[in-house]
Amino acid sequence: MRGLGLAAAIAPIAILATSAGAQFAGGYRYQTGQDLYTHICQGCHMPDGKGATGAGAYPALAGNPKLQSPLYPVLVMLKGQKAMPSFSELSDAQIVEVTGYIRTKLGNNFPGAVTAEQVKALRAQAVRQNALRPG
Amino acid sequence: MRDELPALMSRRSLFSMIGKTAGIAVMYEAMATMAYAADSTFRQPIALTGAPKGSSVLILGAGLAGMVAAYELGKAGYKVQILEYQGRPGGRNWSLYGGDTYTELGGFKQNIEFDKGLYLNPGPWRIPHHHKAILHYCQLLGVQLEPFIQINYAAYVHSTKAFGGKPQRYRSVEADFDGYVAELLAKTVQQDKLDRPVTKEDREILLQALRGWGALDKNYAYVKSEDASNRRGFDHPPGGGLDAMPTPTDPVSLEDMIRGRLWRSIGSSKAYDVQQTMFQPVGGMGMIGKAFGKELGEIIRYNAKVTEIRQDKRGVTATFVDTLKGGAPQTAHADWCVCTIPASVLSQIPINVGAPMKAAIDALPYAASAKVGLQMKRRFWEEDEGIYGGITYTDQPNSMISYPSTDFFKRGKGVLLGAYTFGPNAVEFTAMPPEERIAKAVEYGANIHPQYREEFETGATVAWHRVPWTLGCAGSWTEETRAAHYNDICAIDGRIVMAGEHVSMIPAWQEGAVLSSLDAIGRLHKRIVQG
Repeated sequence: MRGLGLAAAIAPIAILATSAGAQFAGGYRYQTGQDLYTHICQGCHMPDGKGATGAGAYPALAGNPKLQSPLYPVLVMLKGQKAMPSFSELSDAQIVEVTGYIRTKLGNNFPGAVTAEQVKALRAQAVRQNALRPG
Repeated sequence: MRDELPALMSRRSLFSMIGKTAGIAVMYEAMATMAYAADSTFRQPIALTGAPKGSSVLILGAGLAGMVAAYELGKAGYKVQILEYQGRPGGRNWSLYGGDTYTELGGFKQNIEFDKGLYLNPGPWRIPHHHKAILHYCQLLGVQLEPFIQINYAAYVHSTKAFGGKPQRYRSVEADFDGYVAELLAKTVQQDKLDRPVTKEDREILLQALRGWGALDKNYAYVKSEDASNRRGFDHPPGGGLDAMPTPTDPVSLEDMIRGRLWRSIGSSKAYDVQQTMFQPVGGMGMIGKAFGKELGEIIRYNAKVTEIRQDKRGVTATFVDTLKGGAPQTAHADWCVCTIPASVLSQIPINVGAPMKAAIDALPYAASAKVGLQMKRRFWEEDEGIYGGITYTDQPNSMISYPSTDFFKRGKGVLLGAYTFGPNAVEFTAMPPEERIAKAVEYGANIHPQYREEFETGATVAWHRVPWTLGCAGSWTEETRAAHYNDICAIDGRIVMAGEHVSMIPAWQEGAVLSSLDAIGRLHKRIVQG
């Protein structure tokens, strides 16, 4: 189908129609750390940052010593970790903001901060999330 | 068509003859070679026989993969037991009814208040006609199926940025897109500007095809006409007697068609996995899991949270905690293990598998998805708008509205699927408390159906990252992670084999779970029998 001039006109639809495995040009419009946290992160890490436990668990961010290193959450967001999808569609500035939020709010007070340049330098390790479109 | 009929019939009798003389499998090969039946890898019910006397298999998870494994291995003669985290069978095969309570991670509790007979399928909700493995088990278990309406030309496509936010009927969006594209192509053909040589004769055939496909006029133009309105709908439809004369509609302009971007939605139902005919179980998707659970009975141990999985030369031991009664950890032991625990959960459970399988388990992110069900006091989409089942697409965060495929013309209430999201929209829905998800779905839906404001009664919502027993909707592979890990997650590791939608090429579909289970137990049985 791809080779036919005739089919080229309808190809964009075919791409959109691909269900499982389709890539979406996703993105989030929020800019402040607090907005990013409350519209994205708290889905799993919960509004109070304390995580949750069922058959498996979401780790707490509140009081999490791994956040001492400012680059740790940056890498987790860029690469994902185990079942956590990457959030590499966030911009460098957004990652800076939300990193600052989770390290200094939610009862945390870790010193230091990341810069957009540092995030940018780690982009090479970013994993692009495959936005699965379920059945 | 008439020409093809005798040939078709003779082929059918040929298949039947091969089937009778050489067996089903050979017939299937023959059919597949002739491109007649290559629509599923499910060929025939699995029939494992000859389990070594006294041999046992421990199955982790009572979703479809686990229950298929238990059912078939039990039939083969294995002693089987399932450990299940929840208090019910089915896993993601699930329906929420009035009277149910559902508490998501974070402790957000919902008391579902739907009327009797109404439900939300939080997970799977439709079964393609070629998903033969799950359809086989529906038949086997006596689960009654009814049509699921996937595509409805009377439903809407809606964009807040096009046509003043006024929803457009699917039929007019598709007609205008096809019509204008056909017209443009016809011009290209007529001017001999195709990017490959086409004979004069083929050009004529192509022009004919384009005229038919796009409802073009005799000059190959897509214009206001009875033909075009026969696709996109009439202002005054053909009637009877003195009221008979139809009034055609005006197509939107080419520019509006292009810029409105509504065409983005009309490809949705062209994909193989949502092509009509589709089915749904009568009474909710969860009927399959319920029927399976009833069939397996005592084999399933509910409320068992697996905390460790160990294998050695003699067998596999799972440690678990009773989530209701608590108490000291208990163990279940068997010679072999089929593990269907989602990788999202399994990656957190100590398990002594080899490094390649462990790496595979740890490499699989779980996708976001959220649904909202909305009970309305009356079925206004049918009564006011002539929409019977199917899906309306919108560029708002709720993505779509789906109308129930059952109870048509019934007076009274109905439950709409008011939001079904994936990607960033689903992430954002997940981050809201349940009542806000419902309120948002009502707000967005009212921009398409203003009746929402009067008729909305009560809602229910499930965001899959908040589901305590899956921590996500489904395994989200990429080409890279599949290349690196897929074969490893499928492999038999010592005495353990994995199954589930995440161990299939049909992720997030029940068929993937069932086919993966059949493949896993087939290989496991062979390994056991052949030593």
